[in-house]
Amino acid sequence: MSEGKASPSAVEAETVTKIFGSGETQVTALNEVSVAIRQNEFFTLLGPSGCGKTTLLRLIAGFDHPTGGTILLEGQDISYLPPYKRPVNTVFQNYALFPHMTVGENIGFGLEMLGQGKAERDRAVGEMLQLVRMDELKDRKTDQISGGQQQRVALARALAPHPKVLLLDEPLSALDLKLRKEMQIELKRLQHETGITFIFVTHDQEEALTMSDRIAVMNAGRILQIGSPREIYDHPAERFVANFIGETNFLEAEVVSTKNGSARLRLPSGKMVAAALAEGARTEGKVSIVVRPEHAGLTSAKAKAALTGRLENVVYFGTDTHYHLRLEGGGEPFIVRQQNSRDTEEKLEPGSEVGIEIGKNAVQVLRD
Amino acid sequence: MSELAASSRISVDDAPQDAASALQAAERQQAKRRWLLLTPALVILLLAASGPLLIVLTYSFLKPGDYGGVIWQFSTEAWFNVFLQEDIFEETVTFSDAHLSIFWRSVRLSLGTTLMALLIGFPTAYFMATRPASSRDLWLFLITIPFWTNLLIRTFAIMEVIRNEGIINSILIGLGIIDTPIQMMFTDFAIMLGMLYVYLPLMVLPIYASMEKLDFRLVEAGYDLYATRWRVLKRVIFPLVKPGVIAGSILVFIPSLGAYVTPRVLGGGKNLMLGNLIELQFGQGRNWPLGAALSITLLAIVMIALLAYVRNVSRQENTHG
Repeated sequence: MSEGKASPSAVEAETVTKIFGSGETQVTALNEVSVAIRQNEFFTLLGPSGCGKTTLLRLIAGFDHPTGGTILLEGQDISYLPPYKRPVNTVFQNYALFPHMTVGENIGFGLEMLGQGKAERDRAVGEMLQLVRMDELKDRKTDQISGGQQQRVALARALAPHPKVLLLDEPLSALDLKLRKEMQIELKRLQHETGITFIFVTHDQEEALTMSDRIAVMNAGRILQIGSPREIYDHPAERFVANFIGETNFLEAEVVSTKNGSARLRLPSGKMVAAALAEGARTEGKVSIVVRPEHAGLTSAKAKAALTGRLENVVYFGTDTHYHLRLEGGGEPFIVRQQNSRDTEEKLEPGSEVGIEIGKNAVQVLRD
Repeated sequence: MSELAASSRISVDDAPQDAASALQAAERQQAKRRWLLLTPALVILLLAASGPLLIVLTYSFLKPGDYGGVIWQFSTEAWFNVFLQEDIFEETVTFSDAHLSIFWRSVRLSLGTTLMALLIGFPTAYFMATRPASSRDLWLFLITIPFWTNLLIRTFAIMEVIRNEGIINSILIGLGIIDTPIQMMFTDFAIMLGMLYVYLPLMVLPIYASMEKLDFRLVEAGYDLYATRWRVLKRVIFPLVKPGVIAGSILVFIPSLGAYVTPRVLGGGKNLMLGNLIELQFGQGRNWPLGAALSITLLAIVMIALLAYVRNVSRQENTHG
């Protein structure tokens, strides 16, 4: 970590704007986006389709050039460098393997273009095949191997020239669930073994949470929040972030007092709770707050509970149970998730009035 | 209930056999359908291609009639005359320079036309395929416009452009760049230009068809892996659109080789190509068997060229795979 801070960022975007088209059909894909990605980091750009995450990736790869702002690679301005002059490689969403070449030729292509001799190249290809555990398939054509194997070849091809940064554009989206889980672990291993900075684009929040060192959540051409998976999940800064990642209960509350980034709030029920303030959140008056379903619990002691409501639905999930509640005073349904154990006895029936207790540090105040 | 269970058990036991025979029956049915669907094409091929070809082949082994037509008497004279000539006075046999030079010119001009069409057609097709999908149809439409006009009219239009009093020469003289008109008509250049103009769409369209199917993310992958523009073209784009290039080359080369109208109009009487030579035998020459033999020779040249091309291509592919 200290090493990462001493040397320049692997990739840095400074107020990067990208506008496609012109006139009435003009689309702003990126709006003054700034982000610094550290060396050897597994960094994820997370957001719904059309949020600009792929555009940012393409700007780093060099397939498009920014309308405004600069992109730095290890401190050097690469904004207008063509892709073949950047020590950056991409794993494409559909893999984009060359269909007229064998697996080995695909992996060796980048090295060949860099002018490496055949003997040296063959050795490197062998190493790469070993790295992605595909030794036997060197001479196969790319359409004679499975989707998961194609994925590995695409990875090997992009890693073979030892790029400074590896870009991955939703590389797992075409795989089935089981293979996807396998590849998630595989990717982490590869990143660890190669020490290359990975920039990963996905719309899958679970993928982002499990794999990333840090995540940038994007929407509508902007980065809304950058942080570790834990920070993003536990302390979402905005409603969009909280909503996009995991299940969330939204509530209104009133700020009573604030101190060092935390606040005391009055809930609509009149009860007081402590909460963490997001950066830039309002420190007085009405605010939006979030409580994760698993950070709340049900209690029969209604007098002491933070909130009370009527149980509408109980959904059993095996590992846990979801309780859907209608809060006193209306509003959106409130969900409580409780871990199941064999000792848990099912005694709550829909229609019963229950209290909701909110755990310590469970409340986060959002910025507007 | 038990009856139902029993019957379902039987059907389960029989299933593999049933399925196999059903599959066979379906395959037979399909094969029959395929032949049925092919029939119209086969009939036309038989009547319109094989039939006339057999007639031409037969004629080439007969004797010429005095006023055209043939005399039904076996002779190899026509075939002798295709490549050779006999001096009646000295009784020596030599290669027919006139015929050989026409063969050679035909092949040379056709190859040249094909090459020029490729050099112009490939970038054109690339340009079209890289336009937004909405405007591609327009470009396609523009490419096909020349087909709407009669070949003869198009050829005369070219003549109007390049003849001594034509557009190019008038402009150049008007601007004072040249004093005397550049002789373009009645040259090999004129013939190639005419054939290029007429057959260029036949090169553009197949290349465009394969280019349109090309996944341009592969091009990006090439750039990403340090390939410059030229190398992406050579190593990624060209190998993938090769089927279109082959089809386009064949479609330009074959009609060029047998071209008749263009060399007749733009080449004048002097610069004959094979098509004109053949026409001459059936017309003024009144030597139908020789015309027939020349036609078969033209066919043979095309076949040999095609075979050489296909073998060359498949060999390249084998060394690659």
